[in-house]
Amino acid sequence: MANFSAFDGCCPSVKNILLLDSEGKRVAVRYYSDDWPTNVAKLAFEKSVFVKTLKTNARTEADIALLHDDIIIYKFVQDLHFFVTGSIEENELLLCSVLQGFFDAVTLILRNNVDKREALENLDLIFLCLDEIVDRGIILETDASVIAGKVAIHNMDGDSPLAEQTLSQALATAREHLTRSLLK
Amino acid sequence: MAQPLVKKDDDRDDEEYSPFLGIEKGAVLQEARVFNDPQLDARRCSQVITKLLYLLNQGETFTKVEATEVFFSVTKLFQSRDIGLRRMVYLIIKELSPSADEVIIVTSSLMKDMNSKTDMYRANAIRVLCRITDGTLLTQIERYLKQAIVDKNPVVASAALVSGIHLLQTNPEIVKRWSNEVQEAVQSRAALVQFHALGLLHQIRQNDRLAVSKLVTSLTRGTVRSPLAQCLLIRYTTQVIRESANNTQTGDRPFYDFLESCLRHKAEMVIFEAARAITELNGVTSRELTPAITVLQLFLSSSKPVLRFAAVRTLNKVAMTHPMAVTNCNIDMESLISDQNRSIATLAITTLLKTGNESSVDRLMKQITNFMSDIADEFKIVVVEAIRSLCLKFPLKYRSLMNFLSNILREEGGFEYKKAIVDSIVILIRDIPEAKESGLLHLCEFIEDCEFTYLSTQILHFLGIEGPKTADPSKYIRYIYNRVHLENATVRAAAVSTMAKFGAMVDSLKPRIFVLLRRCVYDSDDEVRDRATLYLNTLGGDGAVVETDKDVKEFLFGSLDIPLVNLETSLKHYEPSEERFDINSVPREVKSQPLAEKKAPGKKPTGLGAPPSGPVSTVDAYEKLLSSIPEFSGFGKLFKSSAPVELTEAETEYAVNVVKHIYDRHVVFQYNCTNTIPEQLLENVTVIVDASEAEEFSELITKPLRSLPYDSPGQTFVAFEKPDGVPAAGKFSNMLRFIVKEVDPTTGEAEDDGVEDEYQLEDLDVVAADYMMKVGVSNFRNAWESVGEEFERVDEYGLGPRESLAEAVSTVISLLGMQPCEGTEVVPNNSRSHTCLLSGVFIGNVKVTMVVSILVVEYLKRVKREQLQINKVIN
Repeated sequence: MANFSAFDGCCPSVKNILLLDSEGKRVAVRYYSDDWPTNVAKLAFEKSVFVKTLKTNARTEADIALLHDDIIIYKFVQDLHFFVTGSIEENELLLCSVLQGFFDAVTLILRNNVDKREALENLDLIFLCLDEIVDRGIILETDASVIAGKVAIHNMDGDSPLAEQTLSQALATAREHLTRSLLK
Repeated sequence: MAQPLVKKDDDRDDEEYSPFLGIEKGAVLQEARVFNDPQLDARRCSQVITKLLYLLNQGETFTKVEATEVFFSVTKLFQSRDIGLRRMVYLIIKELSPSADEVIIVTSSLMKDMNSKTDMYRANAIRVLCRITDGTLLTQIERYLKQAIVDKNPVVASAALVSGIHLLQTNPEIVKRWSNEVQEAVQSRAALVQFHALGLLHQIRQNDRLAVSKLVTSLTRGTVRSPLAQCLLIRYTTQVIRESANNTQTGDRPFYDFLESCLRHKAEMVIFEAARAITELNGVTSRELTPAITVLQLFLSSSKPVLRFAAVRTLNKVAMTHPMAVTNCNIDMESLISDQNRSIATLAITTLLKTGNESSVDRLMKQITNFMSDIADEFKIVVVEAIRSLCLKFPLKYRSLMNFLSNILREEGGFEYKKAIVDSIVILIRDIPEAKESGLLHLCEFIEDCEFTYLSTQILHFLGIEGPKTADPSKYIRYIYNRVHLENATVRAAAVSTMAKFGAMVDSLKPRIFVLLRRCVYDSDDEVRDRATLYLNTLGGDGAVVETDKDVKEFLFGSLDIPLVNLETSLKHYEPSEERFDINSVPREVKSQPLAEKKAPGKKPTGLGAPPSGPVSTVDAYEKLLSSIPEFSGFGKLFKSSAPVELTEAETEYAVNVVKHIYDRHVVFQYNCTNTIPEQLLENVTVIVDASEAEEFSELITKPLRSLPYDSPGQTFVAFEKPDGVPAAGKFSNMLRFIVKEVDPTTGEAEDDGVEDEYQLEDLDVVAADYMMKVGVSNFRNAWESVGEEFERVDEYGLGPRESLAEAVSTVISLLGMQPCEGTEVVPNNSRSHTCLLSGVFIGNVKVTMVVSILVVEYLKRVKREQLQINKVIN
């Protein structure tokens, strides 16, 4: 676990990233701070975050909430709820870029079929994705296409015709990117 | 064994909702045996690892044995060349966080991956290895890590740098050797490598101010590629500014231009970081603030909630120190009151409450009333607190604000919310005399229908103290007596006590109170009956209208001046016998309590819980402490206690600060001493005071501190006599004298023999401001005009050259030690003159309230002073 006091508010840091379903249950979560030492504390935190944000409408733009001494940035799609938590001193927009990176990377990985079922089916990719975004509280990467690119490479099947798959995958990624940028 | 329902790729379209439905730890651990198969099925292994990760992620824990077993079988998977599987192996190793002896097993595999041709392997192997490694292994791989930092692949470089940031916490001496490589990485063309390198380099050098300053200087001129790195640079820059602020008093602020240029950056993240940094600069001027406020104002009307939130939160903070600077945003702010995000709306409201002027209060209150019904309690509390401070700022508006508070008090709400409202009303009653009657009635109405026992009893207690002092105390009796009929035993008992207080204070009400109290004698609850009987007897319940004697009042209103802990121990030691328990036998010495109290995190003023009139609370603590010392009991009433003055530098062997307690004819210095050397025990600690430069003072008593162990503060006192009521000033030099004994650090026992020693402390001044007590008046004009012209004195004093008007005003305030009223201590920017309204209580034969108004014209002050006699001290 990252020692937050040592960063002294200088190095931007993320306290946790949560992906919950529409009932507030865990799909995938990553904690980087000692603020919630036990699983019980983590579950309680997830519940309060979920309840607090449930009635809000964070489907088009990421929204923000204050909970105790934490800032929570969140965004929902289908039956999935994405959260990024940071300290109250943190730059909100910086945390937002982490959330956006996570959200967009998942969208790319799941090929726009972002819902709980797809996420669980591809849970290994979601875990890899989380691993590529933040390392023990320190932001590794926030560019969704870079994150998704790394995850996709790792997922290549070693035995299958390598070149072909990479090409088709690259095409798919490119296509999605194009549509997304057109839709914006 | 039933296999959990994990689908293979081909039947993924099945209608099954979750692939992990019915998953079970035992079964998955069984499945993990596939890792040991001679012919590895990479896909299947990946799936099993995913399941293990899923279990861990859901909060499942593995026993030590289970974790070890899984770990060993996972290590076998390094044989597979499947990239996807390897990636999952990295993940699970990090999750299992193996112990040191297990790490050895994977070390060689990971080191091989670290030198692999595949960048992805290298990056991940570095992250995994650095995560699980300890110091000894680190020296072995240090060479590779240094290479990795300057690797041309950004992913590898970032992995090494981020791992370096983590390792710096555990193995700083090793990581510090990498600074040349890190320095090189700062110049990297890859955006995130630069970010990570900058973070690490700063942490390596953070204790070297000059190096940080150089780093910032070179980077603010160079190119920074990613917004993240730019944010980091802004943070380091503000740090440098903060640290250099002490050295450069004049001239332009260094690096301000850089911060300002960041306001034009293309990334919102950077713009905001810079704007926030500017608003938080020490002593920021309005000229410096303006560009930052302008960009924040633009953010207020953004379509993105996060942006609006960030902006309004920052402006809210600015409004506390520079309300004028934020007023330009008021129109944008008002439109945010209806924002969908209630956090934003609340922040907007509280900002408006801070920046609003007297004339806009009514309009604001109207808007807030609509808004209150649809926000959560925690936000309401914030609003209530903002309204409380607004009301203290504009006492003339108390009527509409008090009405607002009473309206929301009637509505639904939880305990914390109701408590915040009640606390606010109580504080307003105390500070604004005009608001007393209506406030008390609002509280009375509230307890008629209050579901919280705690609040009811607190309000009843408060009514008992304030109610009898009002013009028509009888109107409260009905509300109080209703409680006896309608409430639970706790509230009933409190109501009985309150009625007794009315009976004691208001003689005309006595016969009626007796009637009511007699009825309570038949209550079903013991406590209520006991109280009723007790009060009937103490008040002389035979029906005769007699003046309540002093003892009874003392009994009803006086606070228990004995520490409860001591009383408890004394009572436990008391054995039932012929001899009565004597409360005077309870020791009154408090063990280093006042200091502990102050150290407690500064909570908000707790209206009801705190003793009457907020700011006096520390004085109360002092008063209790001093009155518990028999030598000082004859000094009369404590007039004022100063804030602690440090007599030693920080981090010296013995930390000493002093509190000056002023009495009419005496001054008591309370030296708070802390011994910071674990190997020493100090005994018989005294402070030798040389008062040769303070002629009017003569030393009276020295009360030594018997023993001062390590890290547990203690107090020693020196008392002086001075001419009655005269604000005598003087300089005192202090010397700490004590007997020092060596303490064996292992056993904690002190040696028998001690050596006498002395320790020089800094000098202490007693100045005129020590005799002045800060007391505000709610309506300055009334207070001013109620005094006749004959008491008025007009004088002019030159203050000499001053840096700014604001500085001059604050100097005068601190010199006089008086309370600024109506917010006049704030000097508007660029003004050439300023009027500051001050009030206070000055020591003397009779206590007087002085009202001082200062008019500043071109750095010259005209002081108009008038005195009015308010009350004689009964002593």
